[in-house]
Amino acid sequence: MTGKEYRTITDVKGPLVFLNKTEPVAFGEIVTLRLSNGTIKNGQVLDTSDDLVIVQVFEGTSKIDRESGVTFMGDVFKLPVSTDLVGRILDGAGRPRDGGPEIVAEKKADIIGAAINPYSRQSPNDFIQTGVSAIDLCTSLVRGQKLPIFSASGLPHNDIALQIARQAKLKDSDEEFVVVFCAMGITAEEYNFFRSDLERTGALENAVLFVNLADDPAVERIITPRLALTAAEYLAFEKDYHVLVIYTDMTNYCDALRQIGAAREEVPGRRGYPGYMYTDLAMLYERAGIIKNKKGSITQFPILTMPGDDITHPIPDLSGYITEGQIVISRELHQQGIYPPINVLPSLSRLMGSCIGEKTTREDHKSVSDQMYAAYAQGRELRGLVAIVGEDALNERDKQLLDFSGVFEDKFLRQTRDEDRSIEETLDLCWNLMSSIDTKYLVRLDQKWIDKYHPDNKA
Amino acid sequence: MSNEGVIYRISGPVVTATGMKAAMYDVVRVGDEGLMGEVIELHGDKAVIQVYEDTSGIRPGEPVLNTQETLSVSLGPGLLTQIYDGIQRPLPTLEEEMGVFITRGVDADAFDLEKIWTFEPQVAVGDSVVGGQVIGHVQETETIIHKIMVPPTVTGVVKSIESGDYNVTQTVCVLEDGTEMQMMQKWPVRTPRPFQQKYAPDTPLITGMRILDFLFPLAKGGAAGIPGPFGSGKTVTQQSLAKYSDAQLVVYIGCGERGNEMTEVLDEFPHLIDPNTGKPLMNRTVMIANTSNMPVAAREASVYTGITIAEYFRDMGYDVALMADSTSRWAEAMREISSRLEEMPGEEGYPAYLSSRIAEFYERAGRVETLSGEDGSVTVIGAVSPPGGDISEPVSQGTLRIVKVFWGLDAGLARQRHFPAINWLNSYSLYPQSLDQWFRDNIAQDFPEIRTQVSGLLQVEAELQEIVQLVGSDALPVDQQLTLEVARMIREFFLQQNGFHDVDAYCDIHLQYQMAKAILSFQESAKSAMAGGAQLNDVVNVPSRSDLMRGRFEKGYIDIINDMVKKMTDEIADTVEDN
Repeated sequence: MTGKEYRTITDVKGPLVFLNKTEPVAFGEIVTLRLSNGTIKNGQVLDTSDDLVIVQVFEGTSKIDRESGVTFMGDVFKLPVSTDLVGRILDGAGRPRDGGPEIVAEKKADIIGAAINPYSRQSPNDFIQTGVSAIDLCTSLVRGQKLPIFSASGLPHNDIALQIARQAKLKDSDEEFVVVFCAMGITAEEYNFFRSDLERTGALENAVLFVNLADDPAVERIITPRLALTAAEYLAFEKDYHVLVIYTDMTNYCDALRQIGAAREEVPGRRGYPGYMYTDLAMLYERAGIIKNKKGSITQFPILTMPGDDITHPIPDLSGYITEGQIVISRELHQQGIYPPINVLPSLSRLMGSCIGEKTTREDHKSVSDQMYAAYAQGRELRGLVAIVGEDALNERDKQLLDFSGVFEDKFLRQTRDEDRSIEETLDLCWNLMSSIDTKYLVRLDQKWIDKYHPDNKA
Repeated sequence: MSNEGVIYRISGPVVTATGMKAAMYDVVRVGDEGLMGEVIELHGDKAVIQVYEDTSGIRPGEPVLNTQETLSVSLGPGLLTQIYDGIQRPLPTLEEEMGVFITRGVDADAFDLEKIWTFEPQVAVGDSVVGGQVIGHVQETETIIHKIMVPPTVTGVVKSIESGDYNVTQTVCVLEDGTEMQMMQKWPVRTPRPFQQKYAPDTPLITGMRILDFLFPLAKGGAAGIPGPFGSGKTVTQQSLAKYSDAQLVVYIGCGERGNEMTEVLDEFPHLIDPNTGKPLMNRTVMIANTSNMPVAAREASVYTGITIAEYFRDMGYDVALMADSTSRWAEAMREISSRLEEMPGEEGYPAYLSSRIAEFYERAGRVETLSGEDGSVTVIGAVSPPGGDISEPVSQGTLRIVKVFWGLDAGLARQRHFPAINWLNSYSLYPQSLDQWFRDNIAQDFPEIRTQVSGLLQVEAELQEIVQLVGSDALPVDQQLTLEVARMIREFFLQQNGFHDVDAYCDIHLQYQMAKAILSFQESAKSAMAGGAQLNDVVNVPSRSDLMRGRFEKGYIDIINDMVKKMTDEIADTVEDN
């Protein structure tokens, strides 16, 4: 079929082209469109029948007319993969963007990606030290996990993501991650920021970048993360790399999904997003993991900005149902000038339990984490009460907890953008900070850890 | 028209075929690769098919073959300990056939057809048998005897019956009319298996979780819904139920959820011991895992596959518990298919038949008299994942209309690390009336009264907390401060339970009663001590009280709790003299 060019376009609507009278065309098949002015565009078959074929055009449908030629390529979308990918910058459709040569393919991989058989997975339990205290202590990241950053516009989620990419390592190991970075609809400025930071630290040589910017076609964003994950899967499961996938911004991806849904006149779900968005997001997020008897792993760090800071918006909501926890960035903390402004209270790492403790981090990690969290939560709650009844109405315990919540933010959360704290440093810091509270109020700490680690007993 | 047609159209998981003789819900083989699908709509000579595997690369013009069968599950010895996808293909077999990624076009038997089981007959030549009657049994796992039953639609007189070693496809019994029976039978998943009659449930499903057993009990044969936003502990609760509930068999459906979670269950269950039998939990479990990125049509089928297997074991006279995590993903699969069919949507894009499908599913729960006259039950516990945690959405509402137990998970409690994060103020169970007699007879005569007192205290606390928010707790009179202290004890000592702690994860129902009584004893003795002039602070801080509370993490707590309560009441009485 390849080679035969059809000029049977009937309708063009949004990102979609409708044509009739073709040979049988496969569902998901790749399509090339040749415009009257010679421009070439690419697309993919969304719906196929004897009478009608619907093609989704990645580069937008501008200048497509009924005279444009359509060629079906006889195959589904595939990405040429090889280890040459590492160190390269590609555009949102997988073409070189760095002026370098085409990727010499070792093989071509289907970008849709098959589901990992749950029976073949291995439970993730290797602790990743990010050097960021709030994450290491309270929402520990595990190799093979998918842990998104829930942020909002105007917050420093990019800095946090980069800091993690720079510092993430297995404890007591020099093994580094290959970073697969996937930009979806971010601004050129943001992209330059990422790129120059990766260049500055030399991480670019160990990274693959897939870049779809804000002025690139929106529909292309549908395939960008799939390309990135296909590259990640190849590197992880065939070449034994540990891969850290950062994608930003999932909100732009979902908006592109909505755009296509609307053009197809699909029945929308909540807030106009398609009803299958959960499944669609799962097809991305679930590509994280570790497989039995394979050395590599895929850890995902998606960034999404919550429209209107609303965590119940469909994008963070559906993501939260799929991912293994979330790191929530707080505007309030950011405005207090605290970096990283991570609100540990709604943040969560579902896999944390399996990766902390004596063998991996330190014996007192769980106990310290619970106590720090509880004390901070109570302190924060007391701030509300103090606003009504005044500080004098508090008893001794409550006063100490209230003060502690301030210390927690100022000394524990706050660190510089290149400060890389080991988990031991983080835990020792916690013990120092908690010593401002009377031991009798630290009910979540085991006595044996108090005896061993409390500054009063250490001296 | 013949059984073979051709593909006319492909749109995601929905394929249209023409020129094929088809009836609703026929199973068809689609395309050159023979992908499995099911007819879900007929339109003139066009049959609309939902396909259980990925359809990329399939073209119009490829063949479609109608098998003339409806979507069925294989039932027989070998089911237990299996892990299936949504259409009953064992995942280990798929791994052997396809490697670690699930591709398509592979058929797999639901269990080993060659495995030899020792069949012991229970009927003799010349006996007349009816549908559902047990003709023999095999010892399937250490704990479970698998009863071989006459298929529900068959009756006759036994002409010959075998005894000894057979595989599941060999004939073990022949009837006078020539009907041959094997140990394996099939049943269409969308048709409930028949029974004689439904009974009102009268026995609780004991789960070992204090808040559930004590405050909001579920009956064997009942249905419960657990709605909650993400991170509130739905899956942990479901897994605890699968581990500790006193059902004889458990069917666990991971419907559209996380892959790593299913792996965790798979890693964990073979090593866990059933507290009721002392044998590995896996021996009584059938697992169905159709994760969120596996084909959506198979997700739609997975809950039916699960409940049909549950009904089959019910028909043997067992108490079966089925967990579906999460029914919202099942509903979304229906929505996705429905929108591909361009059906007129109901609320939030869900099909108009959503609530009737939910009702039909939960109606398959129940305690029944089986065709063979035995007493069996299927208890259904469905997790619901409402968007944004708002239960006014169609799936939650459709579920709440039909289930009699509502365990409402609460994000606020989860954030306070209060687990299980079940909100005691808005959760409910409509079973206490029918179960109270059981509790009186088997646990304690005053069990229902104790429960009423405990839940009453929690209600009062909620009202008092509103005042405390405004004026601080010190402004309350001391008796109300004591009430707050007692309620705090209920929350922290009784309702909170550590699902990951060796001892605390499972709490015997007798112990639950003792613990509740201990709290009320504290209230009683504190009240009288304070009436005698003791200070609230002294009463609350007697050391034996914190010993009592910590004791629940120790083995053998039930043997010493009464002594500890006695010690506490003595110490509290002493606080009067100190003053």
